[in-house]
Amino acid sequence: MTQDRIRNFSIIAHIDHGKSTLADRILELTHAVSSREMREQVLDTMDLERERGITIKAQAVRVDWKGHQLNLIDTPGHVDFTYEVSRSLQACEGALLVVDAAQGTQAQTLANAYLAIENNLEIVPVVNKIDLPQADPDAAAAELADLIGDDPEHVLRISAKTGAGVEDVLDAIVERVPPPAGDADAPARALIFDSSYDQYRGVVAFVRVVDGRFSTREPLRAMALGTRFEAEELGFFSPTRSATRTLDAGEVGYVITGLKDVSRLRVGDTLTSESRPAAEPLPGYKEVKPMVFAGLFPTDSDDYPELRDALERLKLNDAALFYEPETSQALGFGFRCGFLGLLHMEIVRERLEREFDLDLLVTAPNVAYRVKPPNEDWREVHTPSDMPNEIEEVEEPYIKASIIVPKEFVGVVMELNNDRRGRFDHLEYLSEERVHLTYELPLAEIVLDYYDQLKSRTRGYASFDYDVIGFRPGKLVRVDVLVGGESVDALSLIIHRDSAYDRGRALVERLQKEIPRQHFDVAIQAAIGARVIARETVKARRKDVLAKCYGGDITRKRKLLERQKAGKKRMKQVGMVEVPQEAFLAVLNLDAEKK
Amino acid sequence: MTRHLYVHLPFCAHRCGYCDFVTVVGRKAQHDAYVDALLAELALECELLAPDVETIFLGGGTPTFTALHALERLLVGLPSAEEVTVEANPETVTQELARMLRGLGVNRVSLGVQSFQPRLLTVLDRVAQPDTVRRAFYHLRDAGFDNISFDLIYGIPGQSPADLESDLGEALALGPEHLSCYELEAKPGTRFTYEHGEGLVRQADAMESYFELVVATLTGNGYRWYETANFCREGDRDLRSRHNLAYWLGRDYLGLGIGAVSTIEGRRWRNTPRLRAYVEQLEARELPAREHEPLPVDVQLRERVMLGLRLDEPLSVDGLGDVIDLSALERLERLGLAVRSNGSLALTARGRMLGGGVTADLLA
Repeated sequence: MTQDRIRNFSIIAHIDHGKSTLADRILELTHAVSSREMREQVLDTMDLERERGITIKAQAVRVDWKGHQLNLIDTPGHVDFTYEVSRSLQACEGALLVVDAAQGTQAQTLANAYLAIENNLEIVPVVNKIDLPQADPDAAAAELADLIGDDPEHVLRISAKTGAGVEDVLDAIVERVPPPAGDADAPARALIFDSSYDQYRGVVAFVRVVDGRFSTREPLRAMALGTRFEAEELGFFSPTRSATRTLDAGEVGYVITGLKDVSRLRVGDTLTSESRPAAEPLPGYKEVKPMVFAGLFPTDSDDYPELRDALERLKLNDAALFYEPETSQALGFGFRCGFLGLLHMEIVRERLEREFDLDLLVTAPNVAYRVKPPNEDWREVHTPSDMPNEIEEVEEPYIKASIIVPKEFVGVVMELNNDRRGRFDHLEYLSEERVHLTYELPLAEIVLDYYDQLKSRTRGYASFDYDVIGFRPGKLVRVDVLVGGESVDALSLIIHRDSAYDRGRALVERLQKEIPRQHFDVAIQAAIGARVIARETVKARRKDVLAKCYGGDITRKRKLLERQKAGKKRMKQVGMVEVPQEAFLAVLNLDAEKK
Repeated sequence: MTRHLYVHLPFCAHRCGYCDFVTVVGRKAQHDAYVDALLAELALECELLAPDVETIFLGGGTPTFTALHALERLLVGLPSAEEVTVEANPETVTQELARMLRGLGVNRVSLGVQSFQPRLLTVLDRVAQPDTVRRAFYHLRDAGFDNISFDLIYGIPGQSPADLESDLGEALALGPEHLSCYELEAKPGTRFTYEHGEGLVRQADAMESYFELVVATLTGNGYRWYETANFCREGDRDLRSRHNLAYWLGRDYLGLGIGAVSTIEGRRWRNTPRLRAYVEQLEARELPAREHEPLPVDVQLRERVMLGLRLDEPLSVDGLGDVIDLSALERLERLGLAVRSNGSLALTARGRMLGGGVTADLLA
């Protein structure tokens, strides 16, 4: 098909604003899926996505509409996947910006709309759910038009649920979204905007061909990573897989690579032909780096091999997931895992527990730090115990937080942000009622419970999104916890100097309650370097005997002793001190409980 | 073959709130039948008993609550032994009883004193009053007993350190040859735990020092702390309980009567605790119903460690290597809780105070 008959677009919407329903309706209207076989939300393949209403992985579907080939590129719906969203958007010429007629613009909508504008996409504004009794399509349309600088008359009003107005959406795509403008005769170039892993066929790349033509069995190369492979199969989804001999400029489809390692093909990279390679890759590739780290440990240490296998398998489909073995005095063998953000972490954890049936202990998350020890180069630290004692400079990741709330909650949101070392950036009224606030915050301040706090203080009205904006210097210190004079790795934390004393105090007090009395006094200290900032003592036991033991008592006393012994075996040895695993967990969860 | 015989006499006038032993209240009419059954069990098991029995221990219940003629018949029917101990409650000890016991070969009496404070005795449901204790003691002395032991309980709800000192003082004033001192345990399911359990938990920390006080006071007054809870007067005679030493040294023993436990050649069994079933089976000259517990070698070795470390004499670790955790032992040595010397192992005084946890540490 010639490029002027092709339209590539995606749908941008907040969770629950109807993206998936609209996609379903489009498939139905274009007869890609018959009503009979229509399964709701065809595009979201994973159970988890369906349940959470989140699309984790992008896919692309080709449909026909009035002689045009429309490629719907599904974007991940959440902030953690901003990079993937931006790659998906780069594969399009247009985007449907969908807003719930009852709820109006949300923070996530804003973020993705800006992303689309940055990518020079033609935006087709759509107000959805006009059938709802509480819908206010005029207000939503006005807000939307204002946001993208368009005429409110241009905003389509639909109900994806009933199907009302959906044909107009398809027509608008054909009319308003420009066709692809690649060079069909140039050396072939295709943008990888997503990938997945098939157990039998290896890595499957989802691509948008920009220039030239790709053919089956052709030797290909990923330009940034230099990975070489042969295109075992080319094709597209409609929505089931259809193989094709070629993919041409402007088209969207998949490439089966046969690669067994998902990390060898990265989203954002450019595919080209080995026989006639392009001179320049497409712009915009960057390596995504995990920003949030947490330790994952099996509850039962015997499950370690299962956890390792599960992570290996998850990683096949999730190039952004990072993990390396970690040994903790407290929790035994496990993995330090890196995630793009909190939702990513939550999804990985749920998949491990649900799909692999693992019982996990997850330590409190921390962020990545950049550290410069004296006379050494900068390096990145992912776990507090790796933070060197001597630090010349240290930097932590900052985010720009975007929050939309009804105006009466502006005060509480500002208060929360100030408590979290936030710096006010910008405030604007989206409408008379709703305010858009932006703040700069250390990522570390939001990894634990920021979102919960925000939701509860605004009675659920706030919507929140963030973007990592880089590393900045911070007055950060490492607080160590010493039990019986021995530093406990799992309990070290990196924290702003101003909160170090309070946190150290709270940690030590909690541990004192959790550690049972021993044969000797046990000092529990919190320290910054050599300076102790808090101390408690677990007093030694003075008596621990089984009172009577005569002929009739021996079996029972032996069993008592065996139970005592078994209890001791479950404890973790820190130097001479026996510490129950629960003590570590209680402390690791200190923040979550306190607030 | 064993040289140690335990005989259980379960009868009591009433059940004390803290007691969880196998006891039977009243039933005077059954005392004779029960003694018949005991003698029948002895007859059935006589080949397990060595010809020269070393110790016999009549425990309860309240052995001295047993009808006098029945108790007499029992003592006559038992073999003679070097040490024959009878447990007695002070209120049951009359001049007549004391003479009868002495006349029938009993040479040691363990008196259930518990406390000398009327207030605390009431908490324990004990009938005897301090004077009853003293009278019983003198009856026993008058009858010629030169080896008398007192049972004392500490940690009674409401007992102050001064109360405990006073109890120890009263006991020392009488000069018994032997003392057993037990911390009151709130055993699950007892009436006492129901009524006082919370109080015990509340004062647990405050009472931590009571054990130290007991040990310090008694050792300071010429008693040897020879077992976790047992003390004997120092001197020419070895006044340790020979029968109980047999348990702590891991020797075999035969137990007769309801609920009685025997351990012989790697097998342990416990008789049915039901009086009627026991009596009926033995009337039919059958062995009573028993619960059997095999004792594999490693369990026997663990018990050797557990029991041996209760004593003040070092435990020979010959053959115990497999059940002792050497790294734990080193740690305990560094903490000053255990000492090793040529093939034996002993706990220090503080180690003995913490004997339970220390033993749990030591066992591999």
